[in-house]
Amino acid sequence: MATDSIALYPTQTNSRRPLVDQLHAWITTVDHKRLGILYVLYGLLMFGVGGTEATVMRLQLLRPHNDFVSPQVFNRMFTMHGTTMIFFVAMPLVFGFANYLVPLMIGARDMAFPRLNAFSFWMTAFGGLLLYFSFLGGGGLYGAGSAPDVGWFAYAPLTSQTFSVGHSTDFWTLALLVSGVGSVGTAINIIASILCTRCPGMTLGKMPLFVWLSFVMGGLVILAVSPLTAAQAMLLIDRYLGGHFFDTQAGGSAAIWMHFFWIFGHPEVYVLVLPAFAIVSEVVPVFSRKAIFGYPVMVAATIAIGFIGMSVWAHHMFTIGMSSNANTFFVLSTMAIAVPTGIKIFNWLGTMWGGKIELKIPMLFCIGFLFQFLIAGLTGVMQAAAPFDWHLSNSYFVVAHFHYVIVGAILFAIFGGVYYWFPKVTGKLLSEAIGRVHFWMFFIGFHLTFDFMHIPGLLGMPRRIYTYEPGRGWDTWNLIVTVGVFFQAVGALAFAFNLLWSYFFGEKAGSDPWDAWTLEWSVPSPPPAYNFAVVPEVRSRRPLWDVKHPEDPDWKYE
Amino acid sequence: MSSTSTKWLVCGIVNLTVCLVADSCAAASAQSSPTNIFAPASEPAHSVVGLSLFVLAVCAAIFFVVFSLLVYCLFKFRRKPGDDGREPPQIYGSNPIELAWTVMPVLIVIVLFLASVRVIKAVQDAEPPPGAVEVTAIAHQFWWEFRYPTIGVVTANELHVPVTNSSSPASTFIRLLSADTDHSFWVPRLAGKTDLIPNHPNRMWIAPSETGVYLGQCAQYCGTQHAKMLLRVYVDSPEQFREWSERQTRPADVNPAVSEGRHIFEMNACVNCHTVADTTNPRDSKFGPDLTHLMSRDTIAAGAAPNTPENLRRWIENPDSLKPGSLMPAMGLAPHEIEALVAYLETLR
Repeated sequence: MATDSIALYPTQTNSRRPLVDQLHAWITTVDHKRLGILYVLYGLLMFGVGGTEATVMRLQLLRPHNDFVSPQVFNRMFTMHGTTMIFFVAMPLVFGFANYLVPLMIGARDMAFPRLNAFSFWMTAFGGLLLYFSFLGGGGLYGAGSAPDVGWFAYAPLTSQTFSVGHSTDFWTLALLVSGVGSVGTAINIIASILCTRCPGMTLGKMPLFVWLSFVMGGLVILAVSPLTAAQAMLLIDRYLGGHFFDTQAGGSAAIWMHFFWIFGHPEVYVLVLPAFAIVSEVVPVFSRKAIFGYPVMVAATIAIGFIGMSVWAHHMFTIGMSSNANTFFVLSTMAIAVPTGIKIFNWLGTMWGGKIELKIPMLFCIGFLFQFLIAGLTGVMQAAAPFDWHLSNSYFVVAHFHYVIVGAILFAIFGGVYYWFPKVTGKLLSEAIGRVHFWMFFIGFHLTFDFMHIPGLLGMPRRIYTYEPGRGWDTWNLIVTVGVFFQAVGALAFAFNLLWSYFFGEKAGSDPWDAWTLEWSVPSPPPAYNFAVVPEVRSRRPLWDVKHPEDPDWKYE
Repeated sequence: MSSTSTKWLVCGIVNLTVCLVADSCAAASAQSSPTNIFAPASEPAHSVVGLSLFVLAVCAAIFFVVFSLLVYCLFKFRRKPGDDGREPPQIYGSNPIELAWTVMPVLIVIVLFLASVRVIKAVQDAEPPPGAVEVTAIAHQFWWEFRYPTIGVVTANELHVPVTNSSSPASTFIRLLSADTDHSFWVPRLAGKTDLIPNHPNRMWIAPSETGVYLGQCAQYCGTQHAKMLLRVYVDSPEQFREWSERQTRPADVNPAVSEGRHIFEMNACVNCHTVADTTNPRDSKFGPDLTHLMSRDTIAAGAAPNTPENLRRWIENPDSLKPGSLMPAMGLAPHEIEALVAYLETLR
């Protein structure tokens, strides 16, 4: 299984088949690698769509009383932006990474259920199409189409037929229901693959951290997405079968929807951030040239985050008038989750400590992740203090905070992951020079936008307003925030260009360009359909380290 | 890897951090914003800000410690030019170190938790003292209805409360209801926000210690015109408040000079939603704001525009021009009818 066993693999020939055959092969594929690539490409495509929606909002908020778009359009933009970015960008991206990498890292030839895998991807993909079809069909037969405008957490009773006429809310509901089925399918697949298809010698304690984090992520998806799917079914029953779950005019409860949504919504944050941790836990050791510091503690912290993450949801609801005892409980659980999260940051620093750090692009993005995730975590602690949150909740401070998590931490880690594994997937290295433009433009744009977005929140600016009054001290901050968007756009375009240019003209990568230690680097780039010519056998967490350093293998110490 | 890139990265990060901290301080200290959460003028905003500053200070301290470690790592442990290419010593972990950086965050969390609980209990479990003013706030798409059950006042969008001090303690307890979707009551200088949720009555209180006008707005997305569901709280001296409430409890003036406008008001759909409580019409709960003392308010359309005859004309002619998505329809009145109607409304002092 070692690097020198590459000779076992036949040289890959560039078989030029007719385009229609190639497309047919992609559409009917059950190969985890192709599905992983499809997930990531789908996520990146929707990232462009969601980013455009964000740009429309920021142009509208450039100055007070701007009239770039109408309130109706603005409300649709923030609903579609949030829904798209969470369900059709972040989820596909993290599933794509897990799909592609988990079997390779555990020495398996595919996922446990390849056809379920394909089914899940296409459910997610068609869920997104359903959501966007609302632009054409949302108003139903009786009027022009319109996208949903109820916000991405769609609080009741705004979603009832009284306040949301036409079908825009139904498209939203069905899109999430359909893609939710896909998410649960993929989660089951990830868990089953990890439990049942590991290569000989790979005990749970010898799995790469990426695999551990994907495992916990899968568990969280099953626990978190199911209540959301249930709530969507209840909402449909309310809208069409005369149910009254959330119908406040008939004794239903708006607060119940909030609980259903956030018991999905908060674990969802960990669903997205655990794969980011997973990427960082692979990249930081390789570019520090050291084993991960405190592997067992990292695993324990991950599991702790999984469990505690299920008990913090109502910190999104500190202002809805829960009892002081309920608020107290959620303050404690929310603050408690800072402990295992902090431990993770310390262990990454411990890994860098005493290493020989190389600031290649993947590592650059991971340093950005560490810095930004630290701030995101601390602003999270501020909001965990419920009385502080009575101000911060639903203000621009919260918007800045969760973009710090989702863009500053998760997206930066995913960019790092793309630069790290692109050579494995395509056999070509991404351009380092364009990568630096991408990193710096995105880094500067991110900080212009999201650092300064905290301030109008502290000055009383609520989120989801299509315009604001002058004279509140918000004008300058909003201008800076909007300017940052253009830097981010340039960064994102540089990234897209890099993907295309390097795919066609990039430097050949070879099987192991980073001198790394996990199993995916032992096979050719791109890996053959069956992954491993011979099923590998491992004795430690870093099988390739053992091969490269037979005089000092890891298994002596673990 | 070149050392310049590390320096660039670190410089960038340090610069950004310094800028952010400096700007936050500037924003927080200056009275630059009438809605600054760090310029409290009332309980519970005072105790919330006290806790907030403590939490901010603790988080800032943690940030500088961890951030310094990160910067130190980047400088100290970067691969040097002319490195021998050998792998550094492999260290797999250390239980004492893990224990240390587990226990320290636990202690910090306990301190922050206890500090938060103290404020939660003090604010949420407070009982109305004798002499407290009672108000019921009912949120509508996209305006606020305020009712004073004990003194019989009904008004809209501009809440009047008395100032409270040791000589005349008079905090205000507000019962929060919603007539349609979810809303949130947020006047940052007076208190944190509390939501108004249909079928789920809530409560909040304020005890403002300085007179003046305090601005806020709806802070929970409630539909198309969420942005212009603005909110003004007038903190009056005890005398001003008594005078204001006496005037508000009087029936509307009936002036024969504007009977044409009054007729238009009563013969069109205006009267279906708006009440003008005079000698013939009782004070009644309706879909739109009570107009009995419209001219005593500084703004119209939930704060979207100053209450001037010109704005009233624009508003009646086409509400969408001031507030697109507002639920008030354009009545299609002729210009002379609008003139007469505005003349009538202007007598509602």
